[in-house]
Amino acid sequence: MKPVLEVSDLTVSFGDVHAVRGVSWSVRRGEVLGIVGESGSGKSVTSAAIMGLLPPGAKVTGSVRLHDTELIGAPERALNSFRGRSISMVFQDPLSALTPVYRVGDQIAEAVRVHQRVSKEAAQVKAVELLDLVGIPRPAERALAFPHEFSGGMRQRVVIAMAIANDPDVIICDEPTTALDVTIQAQVLDVLKLAQARTGAAIIMITHDLGVVAGFADRVMVMYAGRSVEVGAVDDIYYRMRMPYTVGLLGSVPRVDSGGRPLTPIEGNPPSPAALPPGCPFAPRCPMRIDACDDEEPPLFPVGDGHHAACIRWEEVRPHEPARQPPAPDRAPRSERTVLEVSGLVKDYPLVKGAVFKRRVGTVHAVAGVSFDVREGETLGLVGESGSGKTTTLTQILELTAPQEGAIVVLGHDAARLDRARRTAIRRDMQVVFQDPLAALDPRMTVYDILAEPLRTHGTREPGRRVAELLDLVGLHPSHAARHPQSFSGGQRQRIGIARALALEPRLLVLDEPVSALDVSIQAGVLNLLGSLRARLGLSYLFVAHDLAVVRHIADRVAVMYLGRIAEIGRVDAVYDAPAHPYTQALLSAIPVPDPVRERSRERILLEGDLPSPADPPSGCRFRTRCPKFRAELTPDERVLCVDVEPEVRAVADDHGAACHYAKSREVV
Amino acid sequence: MTLSEEQLAEGFGAVSKVPSRTRVVARRFFASTQGRIGFAVLALMFLLAFAGPLISPWSYTDKDFTAFMQPPSTRHWFGTLQTGSDVFAVTLRGMQKSLVVGLLAALISTALAAVVGSFGGYFLGWTDRTLSWVTDLLLVLPAFLVLAILSPVFGPGQWALFVVMLALFLWMVTSKIVRGMAISVKQREFVQAARYMGVPPVRIIFRHVIPNLSSLLIVDATLNVSTAILTETSLSYFGFGIQPPDVSFGTLIADGSKTAVYAPWTFWFVAGLLVVTVLAVNLIGDALRDAFDPSSGRRR
Ligand code: SF4
Ligand code: SF4
Repeated sequence: MKPVLEVSDLTVSFGDVHAVRGVSWSVRRGEVLGIVGESGSGKSVTSAAIMGLLPPGAKVTGSVRLHDTELIGAPERALNSFRGRSISMVFQDPLSALTPVYRVGDQIAEAVRVHQRVSKEAAQVKAVELLDLVGIPRPAERALAFPHEFSGGMRQRVVIAMAIANDPDVIICDEPTTALDVTIQAQVLDVLKLAQARTGAAIIMITHDLGVVAGFADRVMVMYAGRSVEVGAVDDIYYRMRMPYTVGLLGSVPRVDSGGRPLTPIEGNPPSPAALPPGCPFAPRCPMRIDACDDEEPPLFPVGDGHHAACIRWEEVRPHEPARQPPAPDRAPRSERTVLEVSGLVKDYPLVKGAVFKRRVGTVHAVAGVSFDVREGETLGLVGESGSGKTTTLTQILELTAPQEGAIVVLGHDAARLDRARRTAIRRDMQVVFQDPLAALDPRMTVYDILAEPLRTHGTREPGRRVAELLDLVGLHPSHAARHPQSFSGGQRQRIGIARALALEPRLLVLDEPVSALDVSIQAGVLNLLGSLRARLGLSYLFVAHDLAVVRHIADRVAVMYLGRIAEIGRVDAVYDAPAHPYTQALLSAIPVPDPVRERSRERILLEGDLPSPADPPSGCRFRTRCPKFRAELTPDERVLCVDVEPEVRAVADDHGAACHYAKSREVV
Repeated sequence: MTLSEEQLAEGFGAVSKVPSRTRVVARRFFASTQGRIGFAVLALMFLLAFAGPLISPWSYTDKDFTAFMQPPSTRHWFGTLQTGSDVFAVTLRGMQKSLVVGLLAALISTALAAVVGSFGGYFLGWTDRTLSWVTDLLLVLPAFLVLAILSPVFGPGQWALFVVMLALFLWMVTSKIVRGMAISVKQREFVQAARYMGVPPVRIIFRHVIPNLSSLLIVDATLNVSTAILTETSLSYFGFGIQPPDVSFGTLIADGSKTAVYAPWTFWFVAGLLVVTVLAVNLIGDALRDAFDPSSGRRR
């Protein structure tokens, strides 16, 4: 079959920076090509170049052929007639793809009418049909709504509806689910599959998430430093890769289906496109590097049927063998000493309306009765999607003031009964690492001052020696102390953040999404660092995250939050291997794993709809509006209990509890 | 988790001394051409103003009754005034006053703006309300009038009081801007981080909030130097401000402008020095701003 879209030898440069350096690929009708790469690999620039959406000043060479038409250098008018008709695009941020002041129905109808000669009414009808197709409930009514009245996931559906409005031949999806929660991501991916089945379009799926690609793509291209370094069928890439970078990438992703496996981070950082190493761009980080690697940039060698890899030693490259797992040692019993205890925590926020005259129109129940504890030397992962209240819980703990309701006991001291001196003393023992290290480090300070600050605050006169020790502890060189945080890469900055938190030798470390802003290959290094620090320094962690795979990797126990309450809590193995709460089951089943065979055979439990507003949670069980069990399995008699009584966390096994009246363990990953 | 001595020595050896902010800013300041020129020129002006009179044969109170309104010559380097005063001597004397008045008033007013604005913005609540009330009050007072009325107080030797009064009327607008920016800096995560670390609020303001407003504050201080000198000039022009027999750039320009057309030396030397001073201050301001902003160096 002839390819619908064929890219050959595409290069894009901005001045001296060569963002894309000779990329070739093609897609056939109905095929899904996954393009994976870390930030700066040039994967998004490629798609912008195809759509002709590059900023002025970008120089593009090579060829992009849609059917038989050359797109590079084509006049703007010709491009416009392709855009939205033959090729359409789904972006990461759906809000920027929709015009805020028009109703979504009108916007879709407009997209139809630009390329098809149909009447206004016919276009409107088509718009409603499309909204129905992408699973928007009550489409005729919702077509009259404005984009901001939709949630993120629903907006992305609208964008997909718009993308398929003209039966395109190619749909380019640039990180379409990165901004969404996992359960919503599963819904959107489902809609994309449906859309593809309807239109028969080819899909280019650009993402950093190896799990998403595993279940979705037919073929995969791995990009590194502006080049394609390996391309082939999805199984070839995941099971028979021939490029050390692909090996490293797969070795460094934490997986939700296997805990305890040590991650193998890729050393170093991706090269800057302005200063590429000679020869193989991966050479500085490659564990298999030999002198010949620096001679010239390796071309794509054919290594199998439709499988190419850019490595001169491809014959010797083997998939990463996970270190033989020692039979899981019987877990030591939990320590007796509790470092943090939260019981019955409640936090409401007033919901106000109006810009000038604020009036209170309701109450957001951000946290509605949460209890858990962290023992010495233990890591508790607090997971939940956006709106689950995990961040509020965290800030309540960090504030060290009396909570609205309930109690917070830190290191044996009740936060409600602290005087100033005590509070300062506790701050010394409880430190925090933030999500975005760039925002959490004062840009005007040198690394030395940043690390010295906690020391000086708590009375160290000469912090110099300790600063050097700290830098060494987190794997940075002491000479880095003179620089400002901006001159470091993301992973290094997070290491500085961790060093600052460790300065005072705390006992409890609160980590707020510490790796979610980092690329996978860097993330693995930071996770390993956290793991080894915990072992060496005897720390306890409260690890807040939305990524369940990361939590499985680092935590001993996990608490899953939903709408301000804990849905399930317990030992990591117990919760992940045999989740008892329907929400945890859905959440775990929604997470894609980087394993194509497994991904194809997995059954997803799809949740319907969006998170209800925390200002108006459902009566009884908060999850019942979306609960698959409530909807499909329970008899009307049994449902009464869910509607009337709010379930409390009850033990289903030893150190494993779930807040569901009908909790029943089930294997989902 | 301790390092061996050599490792430590090796680590910080590369960066000579402890790399704290003050040192880094100073190093970056003197690394820029602007900074070096500005600093050199200003230092030269001070040297001229305070060491110049020592080598001048005349003092600013001397009158040469053999030379009225004479153009520059070897006897009187900058010429003489109608009264027979030596222009070189009085200019230097005026410069002493104006440099001190201008720089001090600018520093005081900017510091005041920074402190009042950031305290209000950081603490909000009643602190903010009180401070805002004072700011607004001073804002509606007609500064020029108040200074004019108070001028008899600034008798000879009272210039310090004059500086304070000048500064007191220059800080309000900046303080309002600082307050707004402090509110947004307070939301930034690094301020939260410092709070959770147990850093006391006042220390947070001085270590985190104000340094992050430094671009604004430095630009403001630079402008204030010119404003202070010029306000003093215009006040003195109307006969308020620095009182005779003391002189300042203001009084000199006021007198000189009347005779500038037919005796340019009475005016242009003063005006020239004023312009050079303001330029030097601006250069220093620019260089300081870049030195404080860690991202500026690499952009150029
Ligand atoms: S060419 Fe050499 S450096 Fe590059 S990936 Fe292969 S072995 Fe590693
Ligand atoms: S209590 Fe009922 S509605 Fe809630 S999770 Fe359990 S089965 Fe579902």
